[in-house]
Amino acid sequence: MTRRLVLLVAVLYVVSLAVGPSVWPWRLGNEVGWAIFWELRVPRATLGLLVGGALGLSGAVLQAWLRNPLAEPGVIGVSACASFAAVCAFYSGLAAAFALALPLAGIAGAAIAVTLLMAAVRAGTSVVSLLLVGVAINALAGALIALVLALSPNPFAYQEISLWLAGSIADRDLRYLGLAAPFIVAGALVVQGARRGLDALSLGEDAARSLGVETNRLGLRLTLGVGLMVGAATSVAGVIGFVGLIAPHLVRGRVGFRPGATLVPSMLVGAVLVMGADILIRLLPTSVELQLGVLTSLVGAPFLVYAVRRARSAWLAT
Amino acid sequence: MTGLVTDRLACQRGPRRVLDEVSLAFAAGAVTAIVGPNGSGKTTLLRHLAGLETPAAGTVTLDGQPLATLGPAQRARRIAFLPQSVQAYWPLLGRDLVALGRLPHGADLARPLSAADAAAIARALDRVDGQALADRPIDALSQGERARLMLARALATEAAVLLADEPVASLDPAYALDTMAVLRAEAARGGSVVVSLHDLGLAARFADRVVVLAGGRVAADGPPGTALQPAIIEAAYGVGFRMLAVEGQPVPVAWARRT
Repeated sequence: MTRRLVLLVAVLYVVSLAVGPSVWPWRLGNEVGWAIFWELRVPRATLGLLVGGALGLSGAVLQAWLRNPLAEPGVIGVSACASFAAVCAFYSGLAAAFALALPLAGIAGAAIAVTLLMAAVRAGTSVVSLLLVGVAINALAGALIALVLALSPNPFAYQEISLWLAGSIADRDLRYLGLAAPFIVAGALVVQGARRGLDALSLGEDAARSLGVETNRLGLRLTLGVGLMVGAATSVAGVIGFVGLIAPHLVRGRVGFRPGATLVPSMLVGAVLVMGADILIRLLPTSVELQLGVLTSLVGAPFLVYAVRRARSAWLAT
Repeated sequence: MTGLVTDRLACQRGPRRVLDEVSLAFAAGAVTAIVGPNGSGKTTLLRHLAGLETPAAGTVTLDGQPLATLGPAQRARRIAFLPQSVQAYWPLLGRDLVALGRLPHGADLARPLSAADAAAIARALDRVDGQALADRPIDALSQGERARLMLARALATEAAVLLADEPVASLDPAYALDTMAVLRAEAARGGSVVVSLHDLGLAARFADRVVVLAGGRVAADGPPGTALQPAIIEAAYGVGFRMLAVEGQPVPVAWARRT
């Protein structure tokens, strides 16, 4: 399965480079064509790949770690917290003075949200009430973003709320890519080392500890990894919801529900979903290009309802 | 001292002393039953024995070495723990569930298993008569069948010590008897088995030694015939017991609540 997914990711990457108002820009053969290619298409396609991979992998990690098939960076407020922190860095002028402030703020925001959620899990929160905690974090972060933007002296700032709450990877130049990519890659590597610990957590925390897993250290590693990935991705692309929910669900059955084996395929499916959605919004005949996060939410929200129903009836929530 | 040993072990939860002055040594090749009323400290004792909790006072040592200094990986290879009513959060295949018991030996479920791991998993499945369950997802199994696989998961570690917290609590008599037979076989293999039980009849029949806990203290410790005397268990449980002789073996039966 992994090999086929890699092939699909590669095909979509090439298509993403090609599709837009100017199809196959490099065939123009002139400076404009190459400028479109390097300044617009390469950052957009690469961000799609990285952001999608980060969200798919983070979803798989959060679901395995919180032992909750509905956990997802967007739904449980991790992305929104990262977005809020990035907005603060952006509109306080910090990001202008110090470029790395943007991804670093996003990472801090995401890590704080993950820590809050883990505290809720430790307190013995059920599947559903964890989601409610997430909804609360989500709503709070959304309100704070609106507040910061409303208070911003920049007259256009308020319009940009939609950008941070319904993410997009359009019109990002190579600079943004350079800011986010190292952190996303680092986060993905950090969580790979947690595979066996996540498998052990299938039996709950006590059994995992008796199997030699240091759950506190595992928690730190995962908070760091998810924080790096979701924080960096969100600080350049805003909140792109539901990708992290859908991706693990699509692969889980095919790997026998082993949490560790879900990670890499989920990452690849996440990349497929985001790049595919990003290609689709460029092809849709809308007067203004749809935001990427709008499309993923349109597809993802009904999927969440479906997943809740299935989780109820089949196995979990007992 | 060899084996798993507690010395004046104590546990404090807020104002409550959950365990106090618990000094026990668990020998290899024997099944020790921990009995006592709800809240007497059975689960807490087992969690200390598994190294999941830090003693408030006293020590837990394995072959003379304090558990805290053993390191989590080594401890996990030498002490297997079956928590009370443990459940899997994902509908894994039976084989993968049992394979989790090999994690302390470095197994990785996302990679092909080593020959040693595969052999240990097959042995563990054999011992619970669970070969037929190996290729089925556990959400398609009955509770009793799942409990068998959970036991196989703990056996697959092939640790010197096996701790089982109420492994028969929600099982019907057939599975309960099977489980006790598997624990006996593990002791016959040379393992040190510590099992907490609610059913004093099972303790009387299958344990080499019974430890009666009451209010976090050891009320009695010895062979079933001495530890399960009416005077001791009546004081511990606050219930009147009658002793039945079944095939020459005394079996206590809870008879009436004492007023």
